[in-house]
Amino acid sequence: MSPAAPGTTTGSTAYETGIGGLGEPPANAYLSVRDLRVHFPTDDGIVKSVDGLSFDLARGKTLGIVGESGSGKSVTSLSIMGLHKPGTVRMQGSIRLDGQELVGAPAETVRGLRGKKMAMIFQDPLSAMHPFYTVGDQIIEAYQVHNKVPKKAARAHAIDLLGRVGIPQPNKRVDDYPHQFSGGMRQRAMIAMALSCDPDLLIADEPTTALDVTVQAQILDLIRDLQRDFDAAVIIITHDLGVVAELADDILVMYAGRSVEYASAHGVFNEPQHPYTWGLMASMPRLDRDPADRLMPIKGTPPSLISVPPGCPFSPRCAYAARVGAACVTERPAFHAPTSAHYLACHLDDGERMQIWSDEIEPNL
Amino acid sequence: MSNPRKKRLLAVTAAAAVTALGLAACSGSSGGSNNAATTTTAAFDAANGKIFNPSDKKGGTITMADEGEPDSTDPGDSYYGYTWDLMRLYGRGLVMFDVAPGDGSSKLSGDLADGLGKPSENAKTWTYKLKSGLKFEDGTAITSKDIKYAITRTLDKDIFPDAPTYFDDLLAWPADYKGAYKSKGVDVKSAIDTPDDSTIIFHLKNSFSGFDYLMTTSQAYPVPEAKDTGAKYKEHPISSGPYMFATYEAGKKFTLKRNPNWDAATDPQRKALPDGYEYSMNVNQDDIDNRIIAGDLDIHVTGTGVTPATQGKVLSDPNLKARADNPTLARLWYTSIPTTVAPLDNKDCRMAIMYAMDRTAYQTAYGGAFAGGAIATSLMPPLIPGSLKKDFYPSQDNKGDLTKAKEALTKCGKPDGFEITMAFRNERPKEKALAEAFQQQLAKVGIKVTPKGFAKKDYFSTYAGNPPYVKANNIGLAANGWGADWNDGYGFLAQIVDSRVIRETGGSSNISVRMPEVDKLIDQAAVETDNAKREALYGQIDTLVMDNAVIYPGVWAKALLVRGKTLTNVFVNQAYGMYDYTSLGKQ
Amino acid sequence: MAGPVSRGRPPDALPVLTYVIRRLIAAAMLLIVVSMIVFTIFYVFPRWAGATPETLATRYVGRTATAETVHLAAQRLGFYDPIWVQYWNWFKAIFVGSTYDMGTSIEHCPAPCLGYSFQSKTPVWPDLLDRAPVTFSLAAGASIIWLLFGVTVGVVSAVRKGSLFDRAAMTVALAGISLPIYFTGLVSLAVFSYALGWTAPGGSYTPLTTNPAQWAYSLLLPWITLSFLFSATYARFTRAGMLETMNEDYIRTARAKGLPSRTVTLKHGLRGALTPIVTVFGLDLGLLLGGAVLTEKTFSLNGLGKYTVDAIGNQDLPRILGVTLLAAFFIVFSNLVVDLLYAVIDPRVRTA
Ligand SMILES: Nc1ncnc2c1ncn2[C@@H]1O[C@H](COP(=O)(O)OP(=O)(O)OP(=O)(O)O)[C@@H](O)[C@H]1O
Ligand code: SF4
Ligand SMILES: [Mg+2]
Repeated sequence: MSPAAPGTTTGSTAYETGIGGLGEPPANAYLSVRDLRVHFPTDDGIVKSVDGLSFDLARGKTLGIVGESGSGKSVTSLSIMGLHKPGTVRMQGSIRLDGQELVGAPAETVRGLRGKKMAMIFQDPLSAMHPFYTVGDQIIEAYQVHNKVPKKAARAHAIDLLGRVGIPQPNKRVDDYPHQFSGGMRQRAMIAMALSCDPDLLIADEPTTALDVTVQAQILDLIRDLQRDFDAAVIIITHDLGVVAELADDILVMYAGRSVEYASAHGVFNEPQHPYTWGLMASMPRLDRDPADRLMPIKGTPPSLISVPPGCPFSPRCAYAARVGAACVTERPAFHAPTSAHYLACHLDDGERMQIWSDEIEPNL
Repeated sequence: MSNPRKKRLLAVTAAAAVTALGLAACSGSSGGSNNAATTTTAAFDAANGKIFNPSDKKGGTITMADEGEPDSTDPGDSYYGYTWDLMRLYGRGLVMFDVAPGDGSSKLSGDLADGLGKPSENAKTWTYKLKSGLKFEDGTAITSKDIKYAITRTLDKDIFPDAPTYFDDLLAWPADYKGAYKSKGVDVKSAIDTPDDSTIIFHLKNSFSGFDYLMTTSQAYPVPEAKDTGAKYKEHPISSGPYMFATYEAGKKFTLKRNPNWDAATDPQRKALPDGYEYSMNVNQDDIDNRIIAGDLDIHVTGTGVTPATQGKVLSDPNLKARADNPTLARLWYTSIPTTVAPLDNKDCRMAIMYAMDRTAYQTAYGGAFAGGAIATSLMPPLIPGSLKKDFYPSQDNKGDLTKAKEALTKCGKPDGFEITMAFRNERPKEKALAEAFQQQLAKVGIKVTPKGFAKKDYFSTYAGNPPYVKANNIGLAANGWGADWNDGYGFLAQIVDSRVIRETGGSSNISVRMPEVDKLIDQAAVETDNAKREALYGQIDTLVMDNAVIYPGVWAKALLVRGKTLTNVFVNQAYGMYDYTSLGKQ
Repeated sequence: MAGPVSRGRPPDALPVLTYVIRRLIAAAMLLIVVSMIVFTIFYVFPRWAGATPETLATRYVGRTATAETVHLAAQRLGFYDPIWVQYWNWFKAIFVGSTYDMGTSIEHCPAPCLGYSFQSKTPVWPDLLDRAPVTFSLAAGASIIWLLFGVTVGVVSAVRKGSLFDRAAMTVALAGISLPIYFTGLVSLAVFSYALGWTAPGGSYTPLTTNPAQWAYSLLLPWITLSFLFSATYARFTRAGMLETMNEDYIRTARAKGLPSRTVTLKHGLRGALTPIVTVFGLDLGLLLGGAVLTEKTFSLNGLGKYTVDAIGNQDLPRILGVTLLAAFFIVFSNLVVDLLYAVIDPRVRTA
């Protein structure tokens, strides 16, 4: 979705003051997140799982969110869905779904949107389905919350959906229990459940991580096909860049709860600009690469979310921090778009960055 | 004896030659209930020695509860004081204790019989004549044969293991006679002869002057052979009294209703005021107390008194206390001092214990003055004719005389004291408390007491009542107790001071008294026909035992009873040590 | 017996049947083993401890019985037979009955003859039949109350974890668990029955078939007292289970569907937490059916529990043996039912 957020930086002051750095959402944005902060007060301190995150997403488009484990991807998606346990979380910023503000909205309002306007697919389909109810019942239930239809119609709908997500003999399998399904089928059923009310936004949080490689591809294909059919806005969360490479229109790279790079998929893949993204690319297995050649994981570990370094959160691990100097350690880099529609948060100046990219990174990928 | 609820067996074998006249002659002293003292003011002990709320009003149902079960409702198979009190409602014997408060009940009268038994010259043959017009509940006449049958059936201890063995041992049964069931058709004329329907003659193996007492026991209530159902008879004993069984649920409940064939004209003693009785078994005792206090229940039937918890409540609340009675029972809680255990073979060492022990501590261990009893200074409880009024080992406030105790110790050559073990029954917290009281008090004069508990059921057979064990285990003190079957010196003393009842294999209640002169006095009393002289003889026995310091008398037992809220005509029948169940009425 | 967790998997109809039959046979075997153990405890151990046939028999006769009476009783009770003969006679009687001499007649104790109490001179089995309705009534009423009450409180506490309600409920529950039933029972009797007169006094029981209203009235206080104890346990148990299930992924899914929180909590949360509750409930009920000892004793209810205590108090061996076997039967049976219920509740067990 190239024309979405990254391309539109018509700033209003309200948004520009935020570290999120994105301006007023474009008119076609179905979902726009601005400067989202999700903090969990715990006994050890405040866990800043998401701390300044912004993006836009239009209907029919797919956003890929990538980042290491613990970078706040799931927290982000649960925040959009309003699924955090009430009382355990502090949310700030803005999440607008179809123009409706969700941050601070009454729980009941958000509940009414869940399933109907936005739906979610989880990583582990086995644990995400209730073991004591049949797959059909669980889909029927999802359908009936928002649609006052008789059980029979809901069941027909469920069978239809199961068929559409590629379950063979759906009228039989509809009465099976989750444990009677294979992993891939379960995820298909989860997708059917998520799609039961024809949602406008579908969030898939690592939908394929628990599946084996061939099934992964099938599921991703399915999501792509369905998106086309349903014309939904889709967020695919993954720490595997490969997954989003084929699927996403835009890509948001997260690090320590923040957006560090945000651009079109093409932009991120072909001209990544942030040192962290470079690291991700380098550690990504590629088919066109000799597997024995190099797989270079990023050195070090992400910072504790309770005490994030004051400057750039990536600075302890960044090979280029030295070139910038003190700013990397003391000053939080602004999320800005040096070139149109390609946002990033890094102190490196544009020329140097381009140089590093073309001299050191690109040749080695 | 081991179970305070249980009457004791009269050791008929030891009765030896008892002359005929004695007990028969002693009747006729005190009056019946007609001229008894009465009161209508609710007060502590208002029904003890007096009739509380006298009334002739008929009607209502009296509710009774038992924390356990009676051994049987079959009069031929029961040996509890309270069941003997109760069974008079649906059974009558040839003789009965007068239904009267205070000493009134010590008098015997004919019940089914027109008077007391007529003994032969040597008191070996006893003849009774039945009143006329006596009927069972089914309308059939009660004859002498029904009494004979009743007694012969209870000889079958296979079927009736609970009944006492008085008759087995006392009467001249044919050889190998095994009772009405197993020796069916055998002529028992040698033991019981019924020349006609209204005459019954008992032939005894030995003279026994107390035979009339036996005739008061439920075992001699008539049973119609045609209606006898053996072990199942208890579900519906055929009544000869004013009430009969209406319902019976084993282990739970039975109810009595009026017996239409009972004729009050033949029965001047039983008032038969209520229309019925309801008897619940296995009721939680705390609940029994609460329900009596609340007025939901009339009688705690076993007559053992309230629980310690209720006792506190009753004594501290004047309203409740006014509903309580505190009768003395013919029971002594005592401690045996075996003379076979060194150095207690020395009288002075025993005397040291007699002096050193604190009587008030004894009383406290047993629950205090109300639930425990009165401090005993000799053996025979005051209820028993001939009981002594002498303190053999006096001390300031009954607290024990340590100076005298030390002197005694010096005299016996153990000025620094000695070590002994005190036996008690594990199941009895009071006895445990007693052993600890002995331990504490005797330590003051250097006598080291080690309390040691034993299982109740083996206490006499294996441990404290087993002489070799006592000796080998240095048991110098043993918690003990005794209650009389009926209130006379013989009934009280014979089993606990006669050395001839001691069995070397164990099982005797006499643990410590081995005095030939006492044995001689017992035999002498058994043949003494003069009441006053006989009572004096029992007093002498008591004195000898006390002087010789082989029994430490503790408390003469008392029970704290609470009267049902709406009961009339309530009084304690001393013969049973609890309320008389035949005279109660409802407001 | 296999616990509720370890079990075979019964898929289709026939295997289910064979599974049930297999379990039934195992249950029967277990009961036999239990009877042998109880028999050993009460008949063999005393012999090892030095008891003779006569000393064993003294429990069945008056305390003042003569040696001959005791000998007769020992003979009648079969105490002179070798122990395995005694056991076999007892065991056999369950299937073919037995006969007893009543003196005037020979009484036949028909199968299932669980022996004959020589203390009360009654056969044991009719006693048990007679007592069971009381215990069943007590258990049924109390279990309904505690299930409704305990589980509700547990669920609400879990949902409002840390709230005033939660803390108050858990404090009361702790009290409920710690207070012995003879205390709560006697206090509530004193207050509600005797002081206020609202409930029936101790010892009241009207059979359900006689008068249902009176039945409920007479058992109300025992029900409440007994269920107080269990409610407390179940509230805590349910709360813990709910807290755990409410963290499950499928709860998040349910919420993601936009289900109202009631549906999420009850249909998804409680249903998920149900398995351990049902397991414990089944076992508790099975245990209780064998006799609610303390409650029955406190309220003087003539159920199996009081029968057991009374039998033990009187050392009435045939009664002890009979009632223990019945209690064991209930436990084994409820275990079996729980296992089968497990398959009803959890389709993974049913169809794995
Ligand atoms: N309820 C919560 N309370 C406290 N901390 C939380 C909570 N939920 C998440 N976190 C923390 O927030 C951080 C981000 O978690 P999140 O699940 O979003 O990571 P992620 O990017 O989805 O990682 P993964 O790839 O492993 O799924 C983690 O450090 C996590 O421990
Ligand atoms: S801001 Fe500094 S530390 Fe952060 S990514 Fe850029 S260069 Fe590295
Ligand atoms: Mg995640």
